Amino acid sequence: MDYTPHTDEQIRQMLEVIGVSSFDELLTAIPSEVRCKSFELPSGLTEPEVVQTCETLAQPNVSLREAASFLGFGAYSHVIPTVVDNLSLRGEWLTPYTPYQAEASQGTLQMIYEFQTLVCELLQMDVANASLYDGASALAEAAVMALRATGRQRLLISEAVHPHYREVIATYLSGSSCTIQQIPQVNGVTDLEALNAALRDDVAAVLMQQPNVFGCLEPMAPASELTHRVGGLFVANVYPVSLGLIQPPGAYNADIAVAEARGLGSPVAYGGPGLGLFATKQEFLRRIPGRLAGCSVDQSDRRGFTLTLQTREQHIRREHATSNICTNEGWLCLRATIFMSFLGPAGLRRLAELNLRRAHDVVERLRQVPGVELAFDRPYFNEATLRYTNGKTSDAINRQLLKAGIFGGVPLKRWFPSLGDAALWCVTETVTDQQVDRLVDALKKL
Amino acid sequence: MTIPEHLRYTKTHEWARQDEGEIVVGITAHAQEELRDVVYVELPAAGKTVKQGDPIAVVESVKAAFDIYAPISGTVARNNAALQKTPQLVNQDCYGNGWFFAIRPSQPEELNALLTADGYAALLKTTAH
Amino acid sequence: MNQTSETLDMVNAVGGPEPLIFERSVPGRRGFQLPDSGLTQREIDQFIPAEFRRATPPRLPEVSELDVVRHFTRLSQLNFSVDTNFYPLGSCTMKYNPKLNDRIALWSKFALVHPAQPDDTAQGMLRLLFELEQLLCQITGMAAFTLQPAAGAQGEFTGLKIIRAYHARKGRTPSTILIPDSAHGTNPASATLSGFRVKKLASGPDGLIDLRELERQLSDDVAALMLTNPNTLGLFEKDIRGITSLLHEHDALVYLDGANTNALLGIVKPGDMGVDLIQLNLHKTFSTPHGGGGPGAGPVGVTKELEQFLPVPRVRQTSSGFRWDDNVAHTVGRVHGFYGNVGVLVRAYVYIRTLGREGLKRTGEMALLNANYLKARLSDTFPVPFGEHCMHEFVASLKPLKAHGVNAWDVAKRLLDEGFYAPTVYFPLVVEEAFMIEPTETESKETLDAFADALIRIAEEAKLTPDRIKRAPQNLPVDRVDDVKAAREPNLRWHP
Repeated sequence: MDYTPHTDEQIRQMLEVIGVSSFDELLTAIPSEVRCKSFELPSGLTEPEVVQTCETLAQPNVSLREAASFLGFGAYSHVIPTVVDNLSLRGEWLTPYTPYQAEASQGTLQMIYEFQTLVCELLQMDVANASLYDGASALAEAAVMALRATGRQRLLISEAVHPHYREVIATYLSGSSCTIQQIPQVNGVTDLEALNAALRDDVAAVLMQQPNVFGCLEPMAPASELTHRVGGLFVANVYPVSLGLIQPPGAYNADIAVAEARGLGSPVAYGGPGLGLFATKQEFLRRIPGRLAGCSVDQSDRRGFTLTLQTREQHIRREHATSNICTNEGWLCLRATIFMSFLGPAGLRRLAELNLRRAHDVVERLRQVPGVELAFDRPYFNEATLRYTNGKTSDAINRQLLKAGIFGGVPLKRWFPSLGDAALWCVTETVTDQQVDRLVDALKKL
Repeated sequence: MTIPEHLRYTKTHEWARQDEGEIVVGITAHAQEELRDVVYVELPAAGKTVKQGDPIAVVESVKAAFDIYAPISGTVARNNAALQKTPQLVNQDCYGNGWFFAIRPSQPEELNALLTADGYAALLKTTAH
Repeated sequence: MNQTSETLDMVNAVGGPEPLIFERSVPGRRGFQLPDSGLTQREIDQFIPAEFRRATPPRLPEVSELDVVRHFTRLSQLNFSVDTNFYPLGSCTMKYNPKLNDRIALWSKFALVHPAQPDDTAQGMLRLLFELEQLLCQITGMAAFTLQPAAGAQGEFTGLKIIRAYHARKGRTPSTILIPDSAHGTNPASATLSGFRVKKLASGPDGLIDLRELERQLSDDVAALMLTNPNTLGLFEKDIRGITSLLHEHDALVYLDGANTNALLGIVKPGDMGVDLIQLNLHKTFSTPHGGGGPGAGPVGVTKELEQFLPVPRVRQTSSGFRWDDNVAHTVGRVHGFYGNVGVLVRAYVYIRTLGREGLKRTGEMALLNANYLKARLSDTFPVPFGEHCMHEFVASLKPLKAHGVNAWDVAKRLLDEGFYAPTVYFPLVVEEAFMIEPTETESKETLDAFADALIRIAEEAKLTPDRIKRAPQNLPVDRVDDVKAAREPNLRWHP
């Protein structure tokens, strides 16, 4: 099946107007040596056949509806209000292009302006862009911006930043002349002494995550201050839902704040698409990568919105652009705007409290199970690192839990072998009492 | 099309004016007209060493950004801070208040190699479309 | 500027102005309800010590569910979209976005699967990704794909990293990328972001790459040529085999910007052209929705020789099922937090399975037919500088209207009044007053005729009443927005 509307008669008429007798005459500019000899693909299907094929394909997947999930690690499953799907699936939101023709895109542009405002409020920063691909690339872009803004060549990144994010940064900066130094963690948080020792006036930026990869709350304010003393920029990678209760980056004078915001209204979807928040101080306005929507007026003095400061972007500056990005995650940006507007300050606070409560209840119950201990005696939000002391590996435990329909915490040995058999357990508000009971029972049996 | 007689010009549409020990630089009427409304100017910091032909400033309209090149070598003595708040000065008074920066020349003879007003006028004629 | 009371009075008009969500806010109004957490203040203090706690709540709006529904429904009505209007944007391939793709992508068994789940519990996901890779290989003739890049630009960036790694493995560090002057802006921007220098390659008089000019520019310092084929003028680079051979003789690589792949489906396979890398834009050729700016996906295909550099992890088919594999000999690393824009990949997979061999062939054919038909209808009114026939898009020059004081930007705005989204304007830079038109295969002859008729009418109007065009648009919620003011006085957020 395809989506072309042409009848044979229309094709005939069109060929006539073009002035050729067959379609093949349109291809004379293409040398025969490169013409497709074979085009081997499965045959097309009708809609009912597609549905059937995909149902069969999807069948082996165990979704978060069917299993009790305690997985986090940078991807958080949160409630999605019905209106988010309902509104965002309107064709007028889903199928427009990038809003370069402002007059034909006032809906999208106003929404982006609202999104930028909401992000500034959430992160307590001066200016936010229309979003980047995901949290990881946003952190990488922040690193690039800091290097260019300071003209310095060294980056300090905490070991407690998500390992995938650190890998993405390494990829982005490979081949450049900058050096990346990793600051170790001690007892679950960044070692401030080690950070202080590494800080010199050649440091462009310090990158830390809140809460960090172990779920622990980091001393962001002291770290920020230390960084500023040598004239470096402090970059914070944060978790949006936690900001209902936890101090936002603006409060500890972060220069750049980034976040993965897929959890604000979009499903985990096997890790993508994401929604990378990017916010900074007013003084760095012209260095921001990505799209910006601004408020202005039209010729009749009515309020109107338009993309602005586009001279930073690829379609104008080309090789001198602040980045190469020409996407924002428009559709997820919309969903997050609806989500944040609908929850409001009270809803966001309540959502954060529900996560805090659930996670602490579960962790306390798990600590009572012999052979399970909390790895770090530190405050946490909705994720914590647990260590197994009964001789079983995280993998073995998870295999057993799986039989009970439970996704146990993410084993951390692969990235942090010094922790022994430890796993990262996340509890969001989507976890039910019954699921927790089932988990405790299953763990006790082990 | 105004091309003041007492100034020197570059092929890249900058003008240069001798002002005591410094060379003041801006962009020509032709350039600002092509650009249309100037929205932002990025200026070099005072003290910066520059070589003739280096791109050392950027002028932006809504739709385009262009490099501005040092017409001579030397050190940037000062720049026109007024352009930060009022970039439209470049459109309104490109040879006067819309100046960009001043350079203390290290090789003053470079100024003589620049185009005269007649030379610049001829250049505009050949590239006219 | 406070327009609150005015705009709220006009709130009832369909397509009328809509206040900001903050302007609808009323302190104390309840939005989305969640259960009470039951936490006491003491517990909060205990769990989160004061130095970590947020002191002031974010000033998010306080609105009801109906407020939210009205606001975002009404805002949507201010947009043009493929679902409502013809969008002949050159280089963007604004084809119909099948609803079936969205529906399936949002099934729980696809949308509610966690990236850190054990592979055994995500076999359907892994199989889909594996099969998608295979299908893209079959369509393009490349040997392997990475699905990780989140957009075309990120695909370019990934490709450039692979190019660097290829040369590094041979102990070389060439620092230059050759890019034709007709290329998309992302090409030089991506090259710079990846740490290369850009050298512009001037197009020949026929709008194509000039082989002699290319040879002149080749040196030991050239790592690769980035090109688009068909190029942004809609012309097929007929010397493509010569071009790729030439680059390979100098041990440089050829990167194909696959933005224009809609022209090639079933007609030419990039692999047969001799290119080493290609990025595809799933939100163009493969129908995934543009979403007002994203998300997209930019998978990168490579030759067998370059497979060893692909990002990790990759999906492997083993005797015990599909698995993620971190072992790629000389991987450039990771470019995405997890596996890429999976939600978008699912949509593209559904599309490819729906169309199949015959559907994709027909898509390529009808894309070419539609573009050539529109070109035939318009080329008497507006010159199309290059080529006898075009591929899936063509570039017309609106220079004839300059005599009446009307430029391409004005005509674009005037088209909006007729209910047509404008083509791409002022790109590529090699055509004066450029109007780049790509109708795509999902548009009917009636729509194409209506568009051509409208453009021809506007050309007439330019002679008689050019003012109407210069003042356009007049039929939309706003007329021309002052973008100079927006750039001089950036107002990027609302303030309470």
